[in-house]
Amino acid sequence: MLDYALTLAVVTLIYVLLAFALDLQYGFTGMINFGVAGFFGAGAYTSALLTMRAGWPAPFAFAAAMVVCGAIAWPLGKIALRLRDDYLAIVTLGFSEIIRLVLVQEQWLTNGVQGIPGVPRLWPTWTTAHSELFLLGMLCVANVAVVLFLRHLTHSPYGRLIQAIRDDEVAVKALGKNPARFKTQVLVIGGAITGLAGAFFAHYMTYIVPDQFVPLITFYVWMAVIMGGVARLSGSVAGAALLVLFLEGSRFLRGVLPWVSDDAMASVQIGAVGLVLILFMRWRPEGLFGRAREGSR
Amino acid sequence: MTLSTSGLTLRYGDFTVLDDVSMEMSLAGLHGMIGPNGAGKSTFFAVLSGFIRQNAGRIAFGGTALEHLSPDERARTGFGRTFQIPREFKHLSVRDNLKVGARRQPGESLRHLFCAPAAVRAAEREIAARVDATLAFLKLERVADALAGGLSGGQKKLLELGRILMSEPKFILLDEPYAGVNPVLIEELSQRIRELNAQGIGFLIIEHNLEALNRLVDDLYVLDRGRLIAHGRPDEVLAEESVRAAYIGGPA
Repeated sequence: MLDYALTLAVVTLIYVLLAFALDLQYGFTGMINFGVAGFFGAGAYTSALLTMRAGWPAPFAFAAAMVVCGAIAWPLGKIALRLRDDYLAIVTLGFSEIIRLVLVQEQWLTNGVQGIPGVPRLWPTWTTAHSELFLLGMLCVANVAVVLFLRHLTHSPYGRLIQAIRDDEVAVKALGKNPARFKTQVLVIGGAITGLAGAFFAHYMTYIVPDQFVPLITFYVWMAVIMGGVARLSGSVAGAALLVLFLEGSRFLRGVLPWVSDDAMASVQIGAVGLVLILFMRWRPEGLFGRAREGSR
Repeated sequence: MTLSTSGLTLRYGDFTVLDDVSMEMSLAGLHGMIGPNGAGKSTFFAVLSGFIRQNAGRIAFGGTALEHLSPDERARTGFGRTFQIPREFKHLSVRDNLKVGARRQPGESLRHLFCAPAAVRAAEREIAARVDATLAFLKLERVADALAGGLSGGQKKLLELGRILMSEPKFILLDEPYAGVNPVLIEELSQRIRELNAQGIGFLIIEHNLEALNRLVDDLYVLDRGRLIAHGRPDEVLAEESVRAAYIGGPA
């Protein structure tokens, strides 16, 4: 039971980190990033490979995961932000699939679909339980650090400007400011936070495969942000918690629907989660913690 | 110091939106631009401010060639504009809308934000004081902390003017500043524009309210089907047969 609670806590906090990153990009800056899973996977593999193949200590590998994910976000922003707004969505979705296909194809590096087993725990000499508790502690520290960073960022003139970009990019240009520069920076910052979440994921699971980074993960993070309320850090926390509650809760549908086959059950589970999202959009489009927005309906 | 265009032309396929528009106006003056709907006035503003690229022609602003600069680069030369349909930042307060307008803010740089917080705080204090002055100047104090999306059409026009003033422009293109503004406010707005002009800011104003515009501006430009058909003192221009024909649809 305690193991289960620990798993829930770790998974929730990883989703909270992912939701923070997406909320900065979408909630505060208005950028549609459909490539969350790609950055998440890149972070996980970077940290796993550096600790296992290059023998890097975990803190350095975690930092490298952030740097690598931030670095791949930069050219993506440079290319996509020259195009119309909605192209970013298509480019990032494509990017995410490219990352997954690279993980599948480049077997010499990633071991292909077999994935990488034996990713070291954060404190390998400790018992599994202690090491997992340590990881949970570190994850809490990372979440608090990211919250403090994002609070400072979003409550500053910088935060004011990115929200202005979200509301009307043309007007920002007319004031002599270059939105593309700020959007690229936000894409990089969000990419780095997503990479950090990936590193935690790799060292918690200890076994990573490309199939863990499918677009469904991106969809889940979007769901967390939308249910929690955009442009609210508290919303990201609540949304991620609610998401994990639904994902885990829908497992218990098994007891309610005993006649459904195991294969069909997976679809029913996703359908139930989708239904919850639709109900949210119908009855509380601003999310749990979001403000009712002027002109948003 | 002048704002000048020469041979400015814009075509969409076979349709000519701006046809060889050449003009030269003093940056210190109050200029008006009129013309029937669809004459190309707002498109002319969009080309001047860089949001639409012309097919041919040159634009010079106080000696700087603008035609190859992006909209934000043009704005940084001191060339401000407002929009026909207000583009307020609707989820920000009126106060924050104005703050965004301020130029060269250290707090908008990540390096300053995390490495030089004292400089950021000092700049914020200075910007807050300027915002208070702008709110008072435009009589928007009462709605200072309201979300901009909830303002009336007239208030949004004032807010856009205030926001562009925060960016310390030398010259402002105003696109229909009186549209949706009540008659009492129109006179006040004109008064504010005169005061700003006396401080050295020039204006080119598109407006359909000819009466209010004529009382305000020094000269009028008339655009019809993309061509500049008249320029001169307002009373003279409006007396011209070709202008009356274009505007009212009478015999040319």
